[in-house]
Amino acid sequence: MSTAAAAPGSNYLTNGSSVSSWLLTKDHKRIALLYLLSVTFFFFIGGIFALLIRLELLTPQGDLLQADTYNKVFTMHGQVMVFFFLIPVVPAVLGNFLVPIMIGAKDLAFPRINLLSWYLYIVAGILMLWTLALGGVDTGWTFYTPLSSQFSRTNVVMAAVAVFINGFSSIFTGLNFIVTIHRMRAPGMTWNRLPLFIWAHYATSVIMVLGTPVIAITLLLVGFERMFHLGIFDPALGGDPLLFQHLFWFYSHPAVYIMILPSMGIVSELIACFSRKRIFGYSAVALSSIGIAVIGFLVWAHHMFVAGISLYAALVFSFLTYFVGVPSAIKVFNWTATMYKGAVTLTTPMIYAIGFLGLFTIGGLTGLFLAALGLDVHVTDTYFVVAHFHYVMVGGVVMAYLGGIHFWWPKITGRMYPEFWGKLSAMIGFVGFNLTFFPQFIVGYLGMPRRYWMYAPEFQVWNVLSTAGATVLAVGYLMPLVYLTWSLRYGPVVGDNPWGAVGLEWMTTSPPPTENFLEPPVVTWEAYDYEHIKEVPVAY
Amino acid sequence: MLKYFPLWPDQASNFAGSVDGLYIFLVLVSIAMFVLIGAASITFAVVYRRREGVEATPIEGSTILELIWSVIPFIVFMIIFGWGATIYFDERTPPRDAVEMYAVAKQWMWKFEHPEGQREINELHVPMGRNIKIIMTSQDVIHSLYFPAFRIKQDVLPGRYTTLWFNATQVGEFHLFCAEYCGTQHSNMIGKIVVMQPAEYELWLNGGNNGRTSLVGTGQKLFTELGCSTCHKSDVQGRGPVLAGVFGKQQLLQDGRLVKVDEDYVRESILNPQAKIVSGFQPIMPTFQGQVSEEQLVSLVAYVKSLKAEGQPSNVAQAQPQQVK
Repeated sequence: MSTAAAAPGSNYLTNGSSVSSWLLTKDHKRIALLYLLSVTFFFFIGGIFALLIRLELLTPQGDLLQADTYNKVFTMHGQVMVFFFLIPVVPAVLGNFLVPIMIGAKDLAFPRINLLSWYLYIVAGILMLWTLALGGVDTGWTFYTPLSSQFSRTNVVMAAVAVFINGFSSIFTGLNFIVTIHRMRAPGMTWNRLPLFIWAHYATSVIMVLGTPVIAITLLLVGFERMFHLGIFDPALGGDPLLFQHLFWFYSHPAVYIMILPSMGIVSELIACFSRKRIFGYSAVALSSIGIAVIGFLVWAHHMFVAGISLYAALVFSFLTYFVGVPSAIKVFNWTATMYKGAVTLTTPMIYAIGFLGLFTIGGLTGLFLAALGLDVHVTDTYFVVAHFHYVMVGGVVMAYLGGIHFWWPKITGRMYPEFWGKLSAMIGFVGFNLTFFPQFIVGYLGMPRRYWMYAPEFQVWNVLSTAGATVLAVGYLMPLVYLTWSLRYGPVVGDNPWGAVGLEWMTTSPPPTENFLEPPVVTWEAYDYEHIKEVPVAY
Repeated sequence: MLKYFPLWPDQASNFAGSVDGLYIFLVLVSIAMFVLIGAASITFAVVYRRREGVEATPIEGSTILELIWSVIPFIVFMIIFGWGATIYFDERTPPRDAVEMYAVAKQWMWKFEHPEGQREINELHVPMGRNIKIIMTSQDVIHSLYFPAFRIKQDVLPGRYTTLWFNATQVGEFHLFCAEYCGTQHSNMIGKIVVMQPAEYELWLNGGNNGRTSLVGTGQKLFTELGCSTCHKSDVQGRGPVLAGVFGKQQLLQDGRLVKVDEDYVRESILNPQAKIVSGFQPIMPTFQGQVSEEQLVSLVAYVKSLKAEGQPSNVAQAQPQQVK
């Protein structure tokens, strides 16, 4: 970048303070911070909807909200959280900040496209909020047809356009990462030396680029059917409602891996650093990311076992689903094994990482229940499914994301947060999460369908427990917002490598200069070379 | 304790036991795995906590260990797959002797019809110990018929028929839920399934039966009223194919394809007759789209189904006495 006349002591934060130096920045680190602010905003919007849902479900009657309002609330909760928080959160914030630095590059391959992707996200987000202001949508985040295309009387098209535009933001980020990882690695940074965070983002990017266009096209078709009555999905017009579900899940199942793979990448970094060891079975963990990305495209119809697909199709999709379980299991075992004979420190990021292990293991194991055909018939479309995907997509992703934010916070800001509060919030978050979502497995097995505004009285006790847990969880998620903000000003200034971690990002200054490195790095060591790092501060 | 903190719905069908069995197996597998991972990570974090002067032991990995913890889960997964698939195969294969009932779903109501012509809304009475098959369709969006106590659920789609079957094993009233989100009153699209002793069920069926027409009878009446019978004659070949005995058979089409005559094919042939023309016939049948409701379609399907070829016992005969009234 021509403007980056890196004076000694200047870093990416101090290099320009005007509004345009932020809003027109091409620096991947500044764009990452723009994303950090925006995804945090949408997380709290989505969180408010979650709170309303839990409050309504305190009692079996529909008393707090109207039926229509409730339906809009859970729809917007899902759409905001999935499309505007969970999908972008790790790649667009931590990925954006770290992918170039970790491979020794100055920036992403296409800095302007990177900025464009943030603007697309913002345009989509504003459209989403506008949809909300106009009265919201009530189709569920899944937009199932023909409800969405013919029957709903809400702003379906506008919400679909928002998701459509947001998809391009995702595609551009993925494209940028793929090209950057292929073309811009520092001399000596071979594929076998890439941090696992990079492998995970590479796999994620492939899914983003291949999968996202499908949801975009699908939502376009919903719009066409809704506006012009083209018969695509509604049988009354000659369409096929199951076609929608196939197309939707063809993207939306891999989208789960868009959310979880980058989180797995974070966890690999954290566990290696705080065990002071190379990840056990580096290649297996790296390749399992690719394996998950590939097999993830072949399991979509496991969302449709009772939807009216043929018996034999269901058998094939159930079978393939168990294949995707294997690489996930390998990762969990390898992470655990990494701690064996390590030198483990339970810092805030490590507690988050172990919390991730716990929640992801529960989420993964309950996936085995849902992939089992005969059992899925009973539990699909109940709270069992709701609990399962929250454990994976929310429990797993948010634990890993917060772990990553705490880990790289001193790199991003140059300052450290208070460790006590960090550990406390990690533990409150873990406990609160389990209190909120574990009861939902039970009430799901009891038969409570999802998306119910009113429910049978025997389900109440588990709903009360869940709502109580949600208040604990909210505290766990709000605390970092407070002390991390506090640390921006009052946190102690720490050195370039407070954790004694390996990885190129720790070899530059904190915060890094605009061009990331004062001297272009040359890599001569393997990833996670903790054996050979000498100066190890014991402060944390 | 369980009264206040229920963990299981009632077990009231042939499937409940086997589904719960697999569930318990999976709960045990999960607890074992979770304890293993949890204990290992906590133990390692404590035993190998960082101490001054003690370095981590570098370990590259172990192919053998990795193979072990890939292959063992895979074997367990295949057991679960096979177990789940077996139950599912059962759930998706209604026995031939099942009593056929029909359901038409709409926003936000369940309409049921018994073969004897008894109709119900948001309530379904069934005899205990008999195989019951429900053939379902929707008038508008996708719904899903769910009986938690029976561990069975099936989406109900507009424009086609899906089926669900069970054999109730316990007398009582159980929940009936719509499980697929279907709009404003989704959570109100509920009701109950009432399982009765067979004798009581017969009484219930006959109660208030003042000249009710059976489902097949209604279909037969419609078949005449709509003029179907002028072309689809029962004995000689008319302008349309003879329908007696065709249900369940393979039918040769004009374009050389073979199609199985099932509920969906009969429905399609009424609403969109040009779609699949039987070999040797002209595409002259008009569409009945918009002229017959889903309920009428159901009775027409039931009637066509009941038509047996010469020499076969016919269900129509049984339906006749009521029809005569």
